Amino acid sequence: MQAFTQLTAVAAPLFRANVDTDIIIPSREIRGVGKQGLAEGLFAGWRYREIGGREPDPDFVLNRPEFRETKILLTGENFGCGSSREHAVWALAEYGIRAIIAPSFAPIFENNCVRNGVLPARLPSAAIESLIAGLEAGRTGRELTVDLEACEVRGADGCIHAFSIDKEARQMLLVGADAIDLTLRHRDEIEAFLDRDRQLRPWVYLQGERDERP
Amino acid sequence: MSAAAPLSLLDKLWLSHLVRELPGGTALLAIDRVMLHERTGSVALRGLAASGRPVLDPRRAFCTMDHVVDTRPGRGDATLMPGGEAFISATRAATREAGIRLFDVDDPDQGIVHVISPELGIVLPGLTLVCPDSHTCTQGAFGALAWGIGSTEAEHALATGTLRMRRPRSVRVTLTGAVGAGVTAKDLALTLITRYGADGGSGAVLEFCGPAVTAMDMAQRMTLCNMATEFAAVSALIAPDERTLDWLQGRRYAPVGETWERAVNAWRQLASDPEARFDAEWSLDATEVAPMVTWGTSPEQAVAVHAAVPLEPRPGRPTESYRRALHYMGLQPGQPLAGLPLDAAFIGSCTNSRLEDLRSAASVLRGRRIAPGLRAICVPGSTRVRREAEAEGLHEVFLAAGFEWREAGCSMCFFAGGEHFGTRERVISSTNRNFESRQGPATRTHLASPETVAASAVAGCITDPRPLLN
Repeated sequence: MQAFTQLTAVAAPLFRANVDTDIIIPSREIRGVGKQGLAEGLFAGWRYREIGGREPDPDFVLNRPEFRETKILLTGENFGCGSSREHAVWALAEYGIRAIIAPSFAPIFENNCVRNGVLPARLPSAAIESLIAGLEAGRTGRELTVDLEACEVRGADGCIHAFSIDKEARQMLLVGADAIDLTLRHRDEIEAFLDRDRQLRPWVYLQGERDERP
Repeated sequence: MSAAAPLSLLDKLWLSHLVRELPGGTALLAIDRVMLHERTGSVALRGLAASGRPVLDPRRAFCTMDHVVDTRPGRGDATLMPGGEAFISATRAATREAGIRLFDVDDPDQGIVHVISPELGIVLPGLTLVCPDSHTCTQGAFGALAWGIGSTEAEHALATGTLRMRRPRSVRVTLTGAVGAGVTAKDLALTLITRYGADGGSGAVLEFCGPAVTAMDMAQRMTLCNMATEFAAVSALIAPDERTLDWLQGRRYAPVGETWERAVNAWRQLASDPEARFDAEWSLDATEVAPMVTWGTSPEQAVAVHAAVPLEPRPGRPTESYRRALHYMGLQPGQPLAGLPLDAAFIGSCTNSRLEDLRSAASVLRGRRIAPGLRAICVPGSTRVRREAEAEGLHEVFLAAGFEWREAGCSMCFFAGGEHFGTRERVISSTNRNFESRQGPATRTHLASPETVAASAVAGCITDPRPLLN
């Protein structure tokens, strides 16, 4: 997994509450059994003039020329709510989004971000609104710096906002760790747990074919 | 935590699955069951195979076809979803390769993952169960810690038998009083989400309790827990009681004989201790709740069916979200919901597609016809539900009323099977999400109970079901 330490890039405002994963990647845009080929469908319902079409809606923020190179999203509460589809994060990442700044995230989406090297940074609404006002004015450009070592978002105008992130999530993102590899280091403890638990709760441990009674 | 400290149900589930604490405040938690479906499960199994990691214990993983599969009568593998057959064949190949039991398209036990898992006794009290599907919280109705994850997390659970997780905060939701006739768990859930917000349960496990919960049958309890993800909650729980045990006994993967007796003794301990501490307490008097209907594009945007669209945005929410929702739904502030003309009605989904839901809807539809020009569809949650409904003659009630009667699956809750409602069509739906374009391009979804959907289909407009109850 790609590590995340620090990023200076164009940040786009999408200040809406409850942006759901159907909006991020509509079901009709998921066409293959895989994690690729999803960027084109990102925000398809908002990004294109017609449902299913590909003509950009010039009013949608990511289509505005000054936000073409966006790698950071600034958004509202409960971003990524709804369906667990990890395709939402795969689509964002393939499009080029590396960090999302929101007051809160839906829990499954937040986990999916971390597992795919996308930074979910929590910042209070007021700070996000002030960053958006700066970006929209554009006097100091459209870029922000997101620093995961320092847990800070910095504006070109000198403003600094401290963001919060889960401790383990931060560590995993910083080193680009693979969670399965980390967990398999505890294989012996897992086996020991299972040996104990088979005695305590035998009904948990199914026997395959033998359970296929009518 | 000392041995004498009072424990919540969540504490008990957490501690009994704790393999070890990890640095950074997370824990390694043992996972007892992994459920998969062909939409996200196929990706997880492929990812796992590509990395060369075996499934730790395939006998504790199960897979079904529900998200892509067609629900039109006489279906096969063909689906209207672009690329859909690839998901079906990939799932078939990957589960065979991994040795995971698949409930295939033509299996008599096929159905929506959260409907079949309880039907087969795959979920049991005290278990941890995960599935790459947000509505996995449905199964918390049995006193299991069941929650939705992503595909990568599903790979982790399959490969290691564990997940890395931070202990969720706990919220006790006490439902006092008793619901009136024609008021359902769906109405209680929509009332709570509207009160506490679509992020009100963020990162929490909600434990539902109180007389209104105890009085619910298992189908209603599942509906209540199903909607927990619409609060952004990790999951929901209801402590198992005699009704839970009666419901589960004899199910295929439930224990039998002496093991059943032993399990029941353990399950009787699965309740929050009287002095247990919660991070937050919510309560609602069920007596005060009316049939609910959503007006906007988030489940937090709901009102009583006889009320009107709110005049202002929700406190603290961006005004743009409120304006966009009104524009999308083609509504004005202050407009009454009742009487709004409908193009379609849908009964189905993991929220409201069980036998009891179909019976309730049928009791409204018996001897009546849907309004002319309206399209109405009923999709049973599982092939078993379909079979049992037909044995009672419910399909005849739906068909006589003008409803389509389908094969089991997720169907038009979200484009499953590639089917959808028309552009800007107004649909009343027993599903869980009124998100933009979820049920079709620019389709306007109003969420409600099966009773309200049935009554509204008859009236041709959004309607309070209570006067139509037989």
